Amino acid sequence: MRVAKHPILPPIKEPDITIYVDGKAIPAISGEPIAAALLAAGIKVFRKTAKKGYPRGIFCGIGRCTDCVMTVDGQPNVRTCVTPARENMRIETQNGLGSWGEQG
Amino acid sequence: MNEGVKYTGIPSAEELKTCPGVVSVSRLEKGPVAVIECVQQIPCNPCEKACPFGAITVGQPITSLPVINEEKCTGCGLCIACCPGLAIFRVHKNYTETTSLVDFPFEYYPSPQEGSVVDCVGRDGQFITKGKVNKVKKNKQSDGTTVVSVEVPKKYCMEVRSIYRK
Amino acid sequence: MRKVQSLVIGAGPAGLAATIEIAKGGGEVVLIDENAKPGGQLFKQIHKFFGSKEHRAGIRGYDIGTQLLAETTSSGAEVLLDSPVYGVYPHNEGIMVSYLHREQEKALLAEKVILASGGMENTLSFPGSTLPGIMGAGCAQTMINVNRVLPGKKVIMVGSGNVGLIVSYQLMQAGADVLALIEGAPSIGGYGVHAGKIRRAGTPIKVSHTIKRALGENQVEAVEIVQVDDKFRPLAGTEEIIAADTVCIAVGLSPLTELAWLCGCEFTYIPLLGGHVPIHNENMETSVPGIYVAGDIAGVEEASTAMEEGRLAGIAVAQALGLYPPEEAVPLKEEVWNRLNTLRTGPFGQKRFDAKVELLQAAKGGN
Repeated sequence: MRVAKHPILPPIKEPDITIYVDGKAIPAISGEPIAAALLAAGIKVFRKTAKKGYPRGIFCGIGRCTDCVMTVDGQPNVRTCVTPARENMRIETQNGLGSWGEQG
Repeated sequence: MNEGVKYTGIPSAEELKTCPGVVSVSRLEKGPVAVIECVQQIPCNPCEKACPFGAITVGQPITSLPVINEEKCTGCGLCIACCPGLAIFRVHKNYTETTSLVDFPFEYYPSPQEGSVVDCVGRDGQFITKGKVNKVKKNKQSDGTTVVSVEVPKKYCMEVRSIYRK
Repeated sequence: MRKVQSLVIGAGPAGLAATIEIAKGGGEVVLIDENAKPGGQLFKQIHKFFGSKEHRAGIRGYDIGTQLLAETTSSGAEVLLDSPVYGVYPHNEGIMVSYLHREQEKALLAEKVILASGGMENTLSFPGSTLPGIMGAGCAQTMINVNRVLPGKKVIMVGSGNVGLIVSYQLMQAGADVLALIEGAPSIGGYGVHAGKIRRAGTPIKVSHTIKRALGENQVEAVEIVQVDDKFRPLAGTEEIIAADTVCIAVGLSPLTELAWLCGCEFTYIPLLGGHVPIHNENMETSVPGIYVAGDIAGVEEASTAMEEGRLAGIAVAQALGLYPPEEAVPLKEEVWNRLNTLRTGPFGQKRFDAKVELLQAAKGGN
């Protein structure tokens, strides 16, 4: 959910691009962290752990903890909290360590 | 359970009584006045500069509690929006025969409508009484901090400190 | 390799203030940051700052950030963004700083380096603590105030320091409900006035309470909290389950010290300052000549103190570069020290003052 109404801060920008998360189109604001666009769309599970398949999402938001990594345009382990969203980006929920190219 | 701001976030009756920013009972009767509920020594003094009448003194060190001069305070309310801790209120006890005005800082969306009847709450956020929004002030100087004035039954003037946020 | 007089790593409050001071003294300075935008954590601070006029009190954090950026730009300093530094190597010709820019490896040789890398939020382990929806309070703050996205609607805040209190307030400003703030200690850690704001908004503050577990399948759906005794042992029968979609962890920060370890700085351990901190002297210079620290890396405090430490390090670097004679530098530094000391007084500041004294004594070999 986007914070459209705020007592202190100015109005927000409108989404101007589309990104694809596991094939599904979601609106995003050009340059915002991928993680922000995902949370705005209500997506909280970003990856599944390698051994037990446990769900993980964003934790630190500053690119340190790597809990939010996903496969972006075929590249695994991209930190979505510090990577800007761009038009037509393909984002996939990452399974385990991920693999280059399409996810199986 | 332990009382006081350190344990509950709410100054105890004793803390408020000994707080140098809280005016005397007799001063409340005389007209609108600032009530500075600042009971912890934190490094902060914007209120001192905010008062055009020199009625608030923090001095050195800046962790000293603000002291209000009851005679100098005109109850203008300019200090309310300047307190980063949102701990300054204005009380006009004898606004009418039966009601008082309580002014407090409000930084939530949406601001209440002037003239509307709202649920007024105390320092613990619990409902105390219905009140009428007398004024909603927001200007450039207050930098986003709205000052809301509610009219409440007189007996609650030292209890009401905010309203429900929507 | 390109040679520069000075290089500042990290464009947060400390790094920006340091850069401005070096430039003011007439020094050549490069400010480098891994992020796409400078400002560090200042732009998510939407509350009015404490302190006095000299500390920019009463001004909201993001406005202070805007002012610092404008001063940096007009100072003529060079700012390198999108450039994570991965190595700082003292060298006989200077200090080599290696960084990455657009996937290319680059390096600079600097006479003086200021490390202003900041801090990182601590976490807390409990069953279910890795569930999506559980995040650092600072992360949630970035989401609501910078990215303008609400991570959830029903929030439990863990930790009553100023971060936990302020972020609770700001989550409500952004439209979320903070159902409870829990604190393991028997009293509130942060300022009473911040606690008062969230109490007036209806959020209960439960001291002597901890989180027992988080429940949920794919994301957090509820948390179980429990009261603890004076030895932090859970009290059976006091458990309470609260439905929530977000848990924010605000249990302190640790200095981000990797670069200081890498270049051989001596450390000491001061829990009150966040753990292992590089030893530094009154000029903010570490045990490695020419390498300075400022801000949270030198002990976790707050943005106001970080800016002052940045100024101090900047003036000291300018002096070391020969830009200021001692008779000019000494009073400048004294002014900053006085302002720092005023921020480190009172029941909240005194402990940090004492901890910083301990850190300075360690530099003199007195530890």
